Amino acid sequence: MDYFLVVLFQIAGTVGNLALISVGLAVIFGMMRVINLAHGEFIMLGGFAAIFGVQAGINIWIAMLVVAPLSVAFLGIVVERLIMRRLYGRMVDTMLASWGLSLLLIGLATTFFGNRVVGIAAPVGSFQIGTYSLGAYDFVLTGIALAVFSSGYALLRFTPAGLIARATMQNREMASSLGIEPARVYAITFAIGAGLSGLAGGLLAPISGVLPTMGVAYVAKAFITVITGGASVITGTALSSVLLGSINTVSTFLTTPVIGDVALLLAATIFLRILPTGITGRIFKGAP
Amino acid sequence: MKINRRLFLGGTAMALTAPWVNRAFAADDIMIASIYDLSGGLEIYGQPIDACLDLAVSELNDAGGLLGRKVKVQKYDPQSNIQLYTQFATEAATSLKASAVFGGITSASREAIRPLLGRYQTLYFYSPLYEGGVCDRNTFLTGSTPSQTIGQLMPFAVKNFGKKVYVLAADYNYGQISAKWVRDYTGKAGGEVIAAEFFPLDVTDFSAAIQKIQRDKPDVIYTLLVGGNHMSFFRQWAAAGMAGKIPIVSTSFGGGNEHIVLTPAESDGVMAAFGYFQEIKSPANDAFVKRYHQKFGDKAPYVTEHASATYNAVHHWANGVRKANSLDRMAVIEAIESGSTVAGPGGPSTIDPKTHHCATDVHIGRVKNHSFEILESFPNQPPADTAAVCNLAANPNDNQQYVIQ
Repeated sequence: MDYFLVVLFQIAGTVGNLALISVGLAVIFGMMRVINLAHGEFIMLGGFAAIFGVQAGINIWIAMLVVAPLSVAFLGIVVERLIMRRLYGRMVDTMLASWGLSLLLIGLATTFFGNRVVGIAAPVGSFQIGTYSLGAYDFVLTGIALAVFSSGYALLRFTPAGLIARATMQNREMASSLGIEPARVYAITFAIGAGLSGLAGGLLAPISGVLPTMGVAYVAKAFITVITGGASVITGTALSSVLLGSINTVSTFLTTPVIGDVALLLAATIFLRILPTGITGRIFKGAP
Repeated sequence: MKINRRLFLGGTAMALTAPWVNRAFAADDIMIASIYDLSGGLEIYGQPIDACLDLAVSELNDAGGLLGRKVKVQKYDPQSNIQLYTQFATEAATSLKASAVFGGITSASREAIRPLLGRYQTLYFYSPLYEGGVCDRNTFLTGSTPSQTIGQLMPFAVKNFGKKVYVLAADYNYGQISAKWVRDYTGKAGGEVIAAEFFPLDVTDFSAAIQKIQRDKPDVIYTLLVGGNHMSFFRQWAAAGMAGKIPIVSTSFGGGNEHIVLTPAESDGVMAAFGYFQEIKSPANDAFVKRYHQKFGDKAPYVTEHASATYNAVHHWANGVRKANSLDRMAVIEAIESGSTVAGPGGPSTIDPKTHHCATDVHIGRVKNHSFEILESFPNQPPADTAAVCNLAANPNDNQQYVIQ
């Protein structure tokens, strides 16, 4: 019984983790049709920002929740200005450009931060379920993921800013003729997406440590989650995180981590075969 | 392919600059080559190895060189990329005509260049600890193998902590083969491996494994985890409040500076067995560490077993050259086979002529506040695993890696 509860908690943790690493990519890809292959490096830089923040004496929560997203969001603004702005509507070109950016960022991080893992200790302790001891930090992650997704949903669904964002994504010319400046909306969206990737990186730093090449491990999972989710940025990513995260955790517990990853990929393949436009291409159609 | 002017110019420029590389040495220097990853993911392993190679070579030269000539190292950095290993090994053997090649960190990189250097008849030294079993007359292996380290650590663990062992290992040839040895030696020590889990090198989430360990309640955890991503296990283990609750033993922990990167709360108490720890207290090691820090400064990387064994490898080669009074490959091999002992920093390292491996002292250390405390030392352990399958004196043409069944 205890073990069953532990597995349930673990599923919640994995889902939260998957949702956090995917949401930044979902915003950029879903809203702007820009395939950001530097997503993993945004996560990595968020991790470094949090760690440097802590080393500079900033409170760990502020470092993870404020410093990390803000610094990566700032980088996002620069990248949007210098690179992405010129490539809107050319999906393959954005892919190539951001892949180059990804290699550049890995190289720069290796040069300046060194090719070694740095880490910080988790800021919260552990708790007991029966004879099992669990890290409480997984729940912090899940809670933050919930908060991010619900505020994202509310922002897009109920606020004028969300309406403008959605309108620009759906029909750029029409929005423009109604007095909205698409360039500004894109810039802000990209910065928010980058900031969310930075947030994920900051939050991951205590559990996985930070390494210049760490992004590679996350970018594939994030992509699969976003594609499986489908057109709706928030709802789709949340649903596919729940689905894929549960499948991954359950099969990891039953077998090995390798089979767990295989199960995740297999499930994603099957879902895309049945629902080629993603989960929200069929159900919850039109939700943000 | 169409050749246009731009392509032609580019190609010509490259062809013209190529001979400029590697030509900056005096004609009568003895050239050796080193191929160790000094960048990329394996850099953390490569840096101390490279430093100890430099230290050994500069000691040779300060003592007058070999055969009256200076020894010079041509360094290649394969950037943690196996393809570059084969390219550089070919270059070292053909264009550089190196007297010996020191190289390879992972077992995969060793198996990429070992056959190649055999074909080119270029003497090869592989120094990192590894899973054992290589049997090749052209190759000398100075690092420890499972029988030397696991063979001491397992009886120690079973005696002190209990019989039920849970293994966590990296999912490639090193981890897989070493895990088989752990099973073997646990059985011999009267214990039992109750589960073995394997993790690809990019895994960072160990939470399921941590819960499974708590469910199965082993007496000891044996880790063969490798690289930066796998350090997450120790972070998550501590974050789950498990640090210190179940003893952890390892024959890989520390080889990648894990005990320095992780906080004391995460790593204190982990026990490891190696042929060398920088903390060993002996006059030979104190002098070695002092020379090392004099040469590279106080911030020089922690000396791992991989690094100290590389230092030994250079001196074994020098012993062979001196004894043979020649650089001829076969003469040097026979000279080393006739007996070579290096008073290494971790204790004497003696070549076993039948296997081309080394008998070496083995030490068990426990992490405390970013360094190892030595708990026990076992002098002069033979490479029994490889010796059981390999006899180069009887079969000099044997050339393969034996794998435990």
